[in-house]
Amino acid sequence: MNEKDVPQDDSATYQGQKKLIYAVDESGHYHGVKSTGWEVESFATQMAVDDLQEQTQDALIQAKQGQVSALAYHMLRLRFDISSLSQTTGFFQWQIKRHLTPKVFNKLPERKLNTYCEVMKLTLAELTSLPE
Amino acid sequence: MTDIILDIEHQQSSHCESGVISTLLRSKGLNISEPMAFGLSSALTFVYLPMVKIGGLPLIAYRMPPKAIIKAVCKKLNVDLDSQTFSNQAKGMQALDDELAKGNLVGLQTSVYWLPYFPEDMRFHFNAHNLVVYGKNAQGNYLISDPVFEHVVECPAEDLQRARFAKGALAAKGRMYVVRKVPQQIDLTPHIYSSINKTAKMMNGLLLPFFGNKGIKFLAKKIRALVKTKPKYQKLFLGNIVRMQEEIGTGGAGFRFMFASFLDESAKLTDNNELQAAAKQATQVGDNWREFAMDAVLFCKKRKDLSLDNVADKLESCATQEQALRSTLLAIKSQ
Repeated sequence: MNEKDVPQDDSATYQGQKKLIYAVDESGHYHGVKSTGWEVESFATQMAVDDLQEQTQDALIQAKQGQVSALAYHMLRLRFDISSLSQTTGFFQWQIKRHLTPKVFNKLPERKLNTYCEVMKLTLAELTSLPE
Repeated sequence: MTDIILDIEHQQSSHCESGVISTLLRSKGLNISEPMAFGLSSALTFVYLPMVKIGGLPLIAYRMPPKAIIKAVCKKLNVDLDSQTFSNQAKGMQALDDELAKGNLVGLQTSVYWLPYFPEDMRFHFNAHNLVVYGKNAQGNYLISDPVFEHVVECPAEDLQRARFAKGALAAKGRMYVVRKVPQQIDLTPHIYSSINKTAKMMNGLLLPFFGNKGIKFLAKKIRALVKTKPKYQKLFLGNIVRMQEEIGTGGAGFRFMFASFLDESAKLTDNNELQAAAKQATQVGDNWREFAMDAVLFCKKRKDLSLDNVADKLESCATQEQALRSTLLAIKSQ
């Protein structure tokens, strides 16, 4: 890529940060060039972020209706999924899937809830409640 | 408590691991640039693992797994690197303070998600982000040279501890490393040729269809098969490839430009024109990857009359070009 072709698209996803891209100058040699973003890349990022946000909102609505537990909402909000939550908490995936139902979650002993709190950096009250 | 601020020449890098090792070696007087570290460790590759899912999408990588760069560079250049992990968090933080007090720059492996200075949209649970700690101020905040950031940053001790000891895949277990000794004189020439040769050999892939050229073609096949899936999944699948290629500090085109930069620098060092020609060819490969990313996103936007087959064709052309680059690299003779 040519130095002057390095995109400077002021991507919102960068939040004012810049990234280093390697590009060729006029003499044909490489340099690090700072980029404020690339529209193509930020579109892909935004798509992933939007999808996560949509899933989180859906989980919030379902949690309020009592279809899923508060854990389902907090898990997605904090960018975990069942597999990463399983790896960090040490619970099996099938256990976490059960914890995502209100019936099981509401009866969980504090010891297990604390494991989630620790990994997700939440207080017990935050973990078991939903935003208005 | 007084401030500890060690001398550091912060230099922004594309990739965390190559950036950190470059910073640590330069601080000891060994001038190894980021692309040079990347190239010497033969880190360029392509991996597509459909069975490993992250957030429901397959793993795609353009380089060797974490820790490979630092390990390979230190082994090749005979650098004495002291690396340790901790089972006790308090001890891990104390060890960091002790090294800083002794005046050593400390490299750390951390989780991106718990570093508060990262932009919100780029925080995700990835446990193998590398950074350099160069001091601690009176408030107890650590002073950090994070290679992918333009300027140095600060991080509260509590957050840094959480980032160092986050559990899960690739868990850092508080890993910290300090460069103890570097050799006085190094002739990079033989290492340059051997690492290029290794990179080229890996480009054809291993026996399994997930690596190198085979991996790229396999992914192209998967893109063609997306026709049968929902439009939403198609978009997320293609978006994921683009993100792995561009968003995650790769220096553009999934490290292809960084590799070209390494070839360019090597050509200057060894005065070998063949390397210069290879650098040019690697740049074209990189440009083609960028065009692929553009096509993939254009498909997602439903602009132009692009079909999934067109996108897959473009990706296959990347594989073909890399095959040609491989032949060029294998034909390079040391002078």
